[in-house]
Amino acid sequence: MINSHSLPVIWGFIIAFVIFAYVTLDGFDLGVGVLFAAERERPERDVMVDSIAPVWDGNETWLVLGGSFLYGAFPVAYSVILPAVYPVIITMLMALILRGVSFEFRFRATTERGRRNWDAGLMSGSIIAGFCQGVILGAVLHGIPVSNMQFTGGALRWFSYFSIFTGFAVVLAYAFLGSTWLIWRTDGGLQARMRKIAVKLAVAMLGLVLVFSCWTPMLHHGFAQRWFSGSGVLATALASLVLISLFYGLFHGLRKVGVTKRDWAPFVFAITIFFVNFAGVGYSLYPNIVPPTLTIWLASSPVSSQLFLLIGAGVMIPIIVGYNIFAYYVFRGKIDASAYYH
Amino acid sequence: MTRFVTAPLAIQLARAQFGFTIAFHIMFPAFSIGLAAYLVVLELMWLVTKKTVYLDTYKYWLKVFAVIFAIGVVSGLVMAYEIGANWSGYSNRVGPILGPLLAWETLTAFFLEAGFLGIMLFGLSRVGPRLHFLATTLVSIGTLLSATWILAANSWMQTPRGYTIGSNGTFEPRNWLKIIFNPDFPYEWLHMLMAAFLATAFAVGAVGAFHLLRNKHNQVSRLMFSMAMWMAAFVTPVQGFIGDQSGREVWRDQPIKLAAIEGDFHTKAGQALHLFGLPDRALGTLLYDIKIPRLGSLIVTHSMHGVIQGLDAFSRRDWPVLIPTFVGFRIMIGIWSLMMILGLASLWLRFKGRLFDNRLFMKAAMAMGPAGFIAIIAGWVVTETGRQPWTVYGLLRTAQSASPLTVGELLWSFGIIIVLYFFIFGTGIRYVLQMMAREPVLDEPDLEGDKPMRSHGPKGLHGGVSRVK
Repeated sequence: MINSHSLPVIWGFIIAFVIFAYVTLDGFDLGVGVLFAAERERPERDVMVDSIAPVWDGNETWLVLGGSFLYGAFPVAYSVILPAVYPVIITMLMALILRGVSFEFRFRATTERGRRNWDAGLMSGSIIAGFCQGVILGAVLHGIPVSNMQFTGGALRWFSYFSIFTGFAVVLAYAFLGSTWLIWRTDGGLQARMRKIAVKLAVAMLGLVLVFSCWTPMLHHGFAQRWFSGSGVLATALASLVLISLFYGLFHGLRKVGVTKRDWAPFVFAITIFFVNFAGVGYSLYPNIVPPTLTIWLASSPVSSQLFLLIGAGVMIPIIVGYNIFAYYVFRGKIDASAYYH
Repeated sequence: MTRFVTAPLAIQLARAQFGFTIAFHIMFPAFSIGLAAYLVVLELMWLVTKKTVYLDTYKYWLKVFAVIFAIGVVSGLVMAYEIGANWSGYSNRVGPILGPLLAWETLTAFFLEAGFLGIMLFGLSRVGPRLHFLATTLVSIGTLLSATWILAANSWMQTPRGYTIGSNGTFEPRNWLKIIFNPDFPYEWLHMLMAAFLATAFAVGAVGAFHLLRNKHNQVSRLMFSMAMWMAAFVTPVQGFIGDQSGREVWRDQPIKLAAIEGDFHTKAGQALHLFGLPDRALGTLLYDIKIPRLGSLIVTHSMHGVIQGLDAFSRRDWPVLIPTFVGFRIMIGIWSLMMILGLASLWLRFKGRLFDNRLFMKAAMAMGPAGFIAIIAGWVVTETGRQPWTVYGLLRTAQSASPLTVGELLWSFGIIIVLYFFIFGTGIRYVLQMMAREPVLDEPDLEGDKPMRSHGPKGLHGGVSRVK
């Protein structure tokens, strides 16, 4: 039944889907940018950029969609979260600008030094954007004080040890995702080095997931109850089991890179690990959209807004996913590095 | 807990910052809208006539399009979040109406553009000419749809319809058709699309003129110059007609804005047309006024004796920001007049068979290259500062729309934005100018590099390293 109770729940799921799509798709783009730190030579960097050049615009569009969905479906959440993390949002946007234009400009630079500067812009833009996104995640999970449907707090309310931790965690997570993407899309020396990096990052991921999973329930009483009381224990056990098997599959896949034809396997495992963590966050939050007090029902726009938007989402998202898959398919296959030495 | 009251200075800073970022942004989508449509025409002409000069012109402008589009995407992303960050009071109350419009824009337009952009830029040899043409067309349709949704949202802020106001002061949608097709929408939509086409035409024409001045036999330069001058000759008068209709609509639905545009402080029949002047808010009069009697009423009401309400008919606290509204309008009209002259001159020269020979005319066309963009910004200044002190005309004041931010936060963010925008977009514009300064060649380098069917990788666009400067 579609009514004022169920619509916000549906919208919660849709927005979760959109954020997840953004985090994984632009996540590997940003990760490739972060990995510029490990690959300093031009031919390798060209290959890395070429692997994402035809798709990054589309990937970043999920962020615009997330913003506009939040604006339309949960305007209260939109107008509470953004002022609360104001400096972080502005910094993230500036970093994404720097990253985005560096893509184009590094090929327009007329001097080698100019190109290196844009490479640095691409790398630092990616790192800062990832860090800010992590901080926003941490700040929202940590909780935003709301009264009168307005943010009530200072300019630095977003800062906490937890949000700084999630900031660093997301940068590493994006680099990890980017390395598995490059394992899939490249070959030769670059692929081999990416595999080594991916192994190290996978170990780091294991630690980060552990810390994140223990720290998050300590933030709010409600979170702790979700995971440690009654049926919550079952969820904890299930999530742990799934994660353990996913990491096992990941390490197995990484060992087999180049041996079997399944170079895509680490990437798929990486995305699935992202998904489980993401689902965990959703499970902690529900039915809040901004803890500790703002629920999806309080934050919702009227039924007429959410319904009008639901028609758009229902019709368009499958189409969008369809032609995005087509765009990826057109540019499938390994990036041919030899084409660039001339 | 007490409610945070945003300081007046903070509101002014939030406005200045938002105005700065959106003025910067608008040039790029406007250029993208125009260029995408131009590329569709060029590729279609190539497919129909098989003449390679069309393909060469296509490839020349495609490289420019790639950079313009990228800057448009990233500077537009800022807008999607800045509106909530700077204007949370506004977002909170208007979100139920404007949020869905912007989301529909993303769903139907942004993804379409981004999804097929890769194929348009890098995919010609991978998907073949027909599918590639489809990609170009879909990208162009995406830019047009995007303009449609965003102008529906903006025009609703000028002439809000189809809503009710809920108990907590939020706007709630009642009739989506009335919201989208509000009175201002058709005028704003057509006016902006024509503006985008004209701005692009004059930019393309300027580049063509620049190269013709050096080599008047270049077929690609001749083609782009000729096509641009057709646009100048025929679309400029159409834009004048739409502008006139739009002015009448403002007169009916936003009389305060019209009074500010016209510089009419007193209500009367047979208003003069104020060519120049400086509105003075405190004195309530137009300083240094140069006017033509009765022409103002004739233009706006289409009658010498028509009554135009002056600013004195309205409470002072509802007056818009006078100087930008008044001056911006005159800049826009001045540029339009120059465009008319250039368009008519091009028809005369073409008729005489001297379109590619008259160097003075080409220099004039070059000088007019940025004119369309200046007119677009001036026009938007009129539309938006003329809407003040409201964000939703007559219903929601700007002061109620602000975010609970401090002067310090806004100063900090504005500082960063200014520095970064000038640095990054300054460089972007320099690169675009460099690309435009490169003479187009027959057999323009391919999208995927000079070798056909390079096996993998979107090489060509960047192939610049090894090929013609």
